[in-house]
Amino acid sequence: MSFQIVRSSAIPLPIENVDTDQIIPARFLKATTREGFGENLFRDWRFHADDTPKGDFVLNNSTYSGSILVAGKNFGCGSSREHAAWAIADYGFKVVISSFFADIFKGNALNNNILPIQVSEEVLAELFDLIHADPSSELTINLDTQTLQFNNQEISFDINPYKKTCLLKGYDDIEYILNQSEAITAFEANRKDAHFLVG
Amino acid sequence: MATPKTLFDKIWDQHIVQAKEGYPDLVYIDRHFIHEVTSPQAFDGLRKRNIPLARPNQTVATADHNVPTLNQHLPIQEVLSRFQVDTLVSNCKSFGLDLYGLGHEKQGIVHVIGPELGLTQPGMTIVCGDSHTSTHGALGCIAFGIGTSQVECVMATQTLLQYKPKTMRIEINGTLEKGVLSKDIILYIISQISTSGGTGYFVEYAGTAIESLSMEARMTICNMSIEMGARGGMIAPDETTFEYIKGREYAPKGEAWDKALTYWKSLPTDEGATYDKMYVYDAADIEPMVTYGTNPGMGIGISKPIPDVAVNGTEKDMEKALNYMGLDARQVMKGQKVDYVFIGSCTNSRIEDLRIVADFVKGKKKSDEVEVWVVPGSKRVERQAKEEGLDLIFQEVGFQFRQPGCSACLGMNEDKIPAGKYCISTSNRNFEGRQGPGARTFLASPLMAAAAAVTGKITDVREMI
Ligand code: SF4
Repeated sequence: MSFQIVRSSAIPLPIENVDTDQIIPARFLKATTREGFGENLFRDWRFHADDTPKGDFVLNNSTYSGSILVAGKNFGCGSSREHAAWAIADYGFKVVISSFFADIFKGNALNNNILPIQVSEEVLAELFDLIHADPSSELTINLDTQTLQFNNQEISFDINPYKKTCLLKGYDDIEYILNQSEAITAFEANRKDAHFLVG
Repeated sequence: MATPKTLFDKIWDQHIVQAKEGYPDLVYIDRHFIHEVTSPQAFDGLRKRNIPLARPNQTVATADHNVPTLNQHLPIQEVLSRFQVDTLVSNCKSFGLDLYGLGHEKQGIVHVIGPELGLTQPGMTIVCGDSHTSTHGALGCIAFGIGTSQVECVMATQTLLQYKPKTMRIEINGTLEKGVLSKDIILYIISQISTSGGTGYFVEYAGTAIESLSMEARMTICNMSIEMGARGGMIAPDETTFEYIKGREYAPKGEAWDKALTYWKSLPTDEGATYDKMYVYDAADIEPMVTYGTNPGMGIGISKPIPDVAVNGTEKDMEKALNYMGLDARQVMKGQKVDYVFIGSCTNSRIEDLRIVADFVKGKKKSDEVEVWVVPGSKRVERQAKEEGLDLIFQEVGFQFRQPGCSACLGMNEDKIPAGKYCISTSNRNFEGRQGPGARTFLASPLMAAAAAVTGKITDVREMI
């Protein structure tokens, strides 16, 4: 599956330091497959203990919809659980925009076809304003040109060239590395003597 | 003369299999630890690709997150937990992997057993599908947490594609006051630089206060590097490190030991090497710490009130956090009631932690208002504690001494804190619901936890020693 242009309205989550325990609480990590995590995305913010929806949480507010999540600074901190990325993807998000991402989450997102876009604090504030003022506002993300368009503005974002190619072409790291296996065996042979520690 | 290098750069450079323009570095992984939660989908991936596990003898598996801490000889009651642990057993079998599973005498929290068995050594690259893999860095290696796709990648290739992080040095100099432990150092650092202050960096902890710490106390510090967003933390190997490793089961022996030692001694940062960022703190400024909020950066010295300005987040976040915790801005934490005390997790469940707690509570009584769980980090720790009679001390005081696992650190097993209840915990995360839906967590050192267990309230442990 490759990553195309995304054009969609967005869902705002103006909370900072959203940790992966909130994205998917530990008690839902018992699955042995990658499917079905979307149901429990933001579980304890989204549902009461008796499983009834919490009306004030944004995912339960039909005013907001779309495949883009716009979130506060330091999104995805905490646990390395890739289940957080699976839950976000399974729920239907293709892009997460924030002014700052935690490292491991960012990597996990990219490995699951979710594009994390880092914008400045100002742009993030503008996005929140725009979405709150008009929830149907469309954002357009073009990975190829590395641009985010909204409200007649165009902003470019960074992405690492290798990861960009992976997303555009639907490649993953393992396929790429398996093609470099000679380099790996050469490396191992080379350090056999020097590296007595492993084995 | 060669350019001076940091500890991190030396190890990183020695593990580059391939460095290509426009690509991340292809980094060789010496040791891969796996556990039941983040591995099933990775094993499935290997199956789908129809490829074997690349280096089974560099891969070590244990079951820790889901295991019960009572009656471990019985089948796991919770169906999904049992299924996940069973899946690990069958995956290890079909991929030819040793498993230190439930009941095995080497079983334990993955970050406790690695160093304890001598599997973690200076100069290595170590990964695990768990963010607290940073713990292992205390022995002078590059250790970091990865997601499941990367677990699969290491299983398939014994390498990872990684961008080289920036380097940060955090120096703590001077002497710690009595009653202040390494847990307080790390909670203090995080409260200073925030939960995102380390993002993009690999941290080296240094300075006289760090050098004087035991190996186990160093692990507590490196463990929580991820709580400031850093990928990992490390401490230069020294005599304390070598002394700790010597004689452990998987430690090099004989001639290999001598060779290893020469290599290890070449690792510490060269004089004149530079870091991308530096912080320097004075150990004397650090008090016993406790968190009041819902991220580990929301921590304060015990004598200070909860701030009335937003810390580590917006004002709304602060309000949300205090609301969740049922606390007020400007309130002092001393005297705050607690309901549960959890002494455990990969941060503070090693034998030294249990000794510190036992030594403090010996001859005292637990408060009737609290329930106290002491959960050893591994089977070895459990055995050692029993050999030293610590279990009897705990019993005497009224603490429950349980069996090893992650337990109430994340409440994947039965050990959950009920909604609305307060738990002082030696673990590493105080996120909303981390210890169970609605649970309220105060992070603190084993000594602070032990003091609260005795008084039933958050207490300044310095007044009791
Ligand atoms: S003890 Fe807690 S932090 Fe450590 S590995 Fe287990 S769940 Fe993770």
